Amino acid sequence: MSPVVRILAGLGTRLLGAAAVMFGAATLAFAALALIPGDPVTIMLGPFTTASQEIRDQIVLDHGFDRPLHEQYLSYLGRLVQGDMGESYQLQRPVAGLISEQFGPTAELASAAVVLAVVIAVASAVATAGRGRASRRAAHAWELVAVSLPSYWLGIVLLTVFSFRLGLFPLVGASGPSALVLPAATLALPIAGVLAQVLREGLETALEQPFAVTARARGLSRTAVRLRHALRHAAAPLANLTGWLAGSLLGGAVLVEVVFGRAGLGALTLQAALNKDMPVLIGVVLLSALVFVVIAAAVDLLHLLVDPRLRPA
Amino acid sequence: MTTPTLPEARWKAWRPARPALLAAWTVIALIVLAAAFPGLFTGRDPLELEPAVAMRGPSPEHWFGTDQLGRDLFTRVVYGTRPSLLVGLGALTLALAAGALYGLAAALLGRFADVALMRLLDVLLALPQLLVALLALTVLGSGQVNLMIAIALSLLPAYARLVRAEALVVRRSGYLESAVLLGQHPLVQAFRHVLPNALGPLLVLGTVGFGMAVIAASGLSFLGFGAEPPSPEWGVMLSEGRDYLQTAWWLGVFPGAAITLTVVAVSVAGRSAQARFTRRTTL
Repeated sequence: MSPVVRILAGLGTRLLGAAAVMFGAATLAFAALALIPGDPVTIMLGPFTTASQEIRDQIVLDHGFDRPLHEQYLSYLGRLVQGDMGESYQLQRPVAGLISEQFGPTAELASAAVVLAVVIAVASAVATAGRGRASRRAAHAWELVAVSLPSYWLGIVLLTVFSFRLGLFPLVGASGPSALVLPAATLALPIAGVLAQVLREGLETALEQPFAVTARARGLSRTAVRLRHALRHAAAPLANLTGWLAGSLLGGAVLVEVVFGRAGLGALTLQAALNKDMPVLIGVVLLSALVFVVIAAAVDLLHLLVDPRLRPA
Repeated sequence: MTTPTLPEARWKAWRPARPALLAAWTVIALIVLAAAFPGLFTGRDPLELEPAVAMRGPSPEHWFGTDQLGRDLFTRVVYGTRPSLLVGLGALTLALAAGALYGLAAALLGRFADVALMRLLDVLLALPQLLVALLALTVLGSGQVNLMIAIALSLLPAYARLVRAEALVVRRSGYLESAVLLGQHPLVQAFRHVLPNALGPLLVLGTVGFGMAVIAASGLSFLGFGAEPPSPEWGVMLSEGRDYLQTAWWLGVFPGAAITLTVVAVSVAGRSAQARFTRRTTL
């Protein structure tokens, strides 16, 4: 096979896999919708409704709740393919619009958190890998505590210390760059703990390899060996893990956005879950699946950049 | 043959290899005691209101201070151990059992079932765990039992994958082939021959998952899906205390510190068990 064909074939498999995950997520979301016990019209109207029977009948007709399940499923898939995710029960607005409105603040928070987490992890791992027992113990300890902290509690503690006591950062509900610092740190620290752990182990393995010794023998400084050779070697698992964790940040964002009173997808998701607002929840599920698929593809590309052995000759 | 032991060697044999491990087990013992007999640690009632001493900071009288209704925070943290850990423990048990069944089914029910079940897991893995739990809670409604089920569902994929992988290895082994040739019932094959092989690594992974389950349980209770407010659950306490952070820092600090301490202790013990287990299997 020529390299071009191989790349195209790889791309094809990748796209098929991505489509399968998206289709699966859509089906799972539909199954959840169908499994909710009770009358869908009552769920839509909420507990305090005074709607007349005519209105109820109209809703049943509009949404096709009277049709068989497989027909509802097919028309649901058909609408999704056209990008129509329906209307929020609670807010009476198209889900696509709601999600794109709230996407910005959460994307900002998540990307700040990922960057911060990678920076902390790299700094901690480069500083502590292979430097004797004391530094290893310290690294172990902070990684363990970082991983074991419930992120929302970390947020509460940071708020208490830095906003309420020291007054360094704005209080709950503020916006602007300084309001991003504490939420991003809250979201980043547990992730940084996981990443630092994996990276430190990777670095320690890499530093024992012959190429690290050779580089030292060529006269490179210890720091240069760490940064230019060992780090690159340990970066592949780091990229994998970062991608996976970044995809799951939406989950963490739910808690952090609530603690800091930030607007965003997390707050939207929580409201949808509390009010059984299924169209919004389905939209969020599909968006997370899409983000996961895109990040997985990006991580594969990143591998090509980091590891020359994977590039087609 | 016995080797003579010097006092020093005897001391070394008794002394725990790592003080951190001893500390972790001590904390775990205290937590188990607090969950079983909270009355051992405090003479007060977690629901008793004393408005006269509301919002007092930590003092010799009230170690962790009092909340907005004058309830003693230390007592509430102690009494909160049981509800906070039960949901996590229940969710973990459920996830391990269901994950084991799921993995066995995928590995042993033939190719079609395997592909279908594994694709479903791929979808679950593509979604953030908290979102999976929220989706399940939306379908089931909130409450302690539903919270357990929801968290179990979000933890299940990792365990199902592990059991499937172990089962696939065993399926190719000689002794399973002989079990098949002897005409043993497929269920006997699955539970007597395949499952025990997967059990060790599964339980080790489970000790690490306990922390995740406890954090998820308290987080979802914090968001309002689990225990209801008057009950002393750590997540609920944090959610109530959040409104008073400006004046009463202790309300936001101690319940969360209890969660973190629990998770750290269990992780330290779990990791050492994991290390011991991998050493045993690689030797």
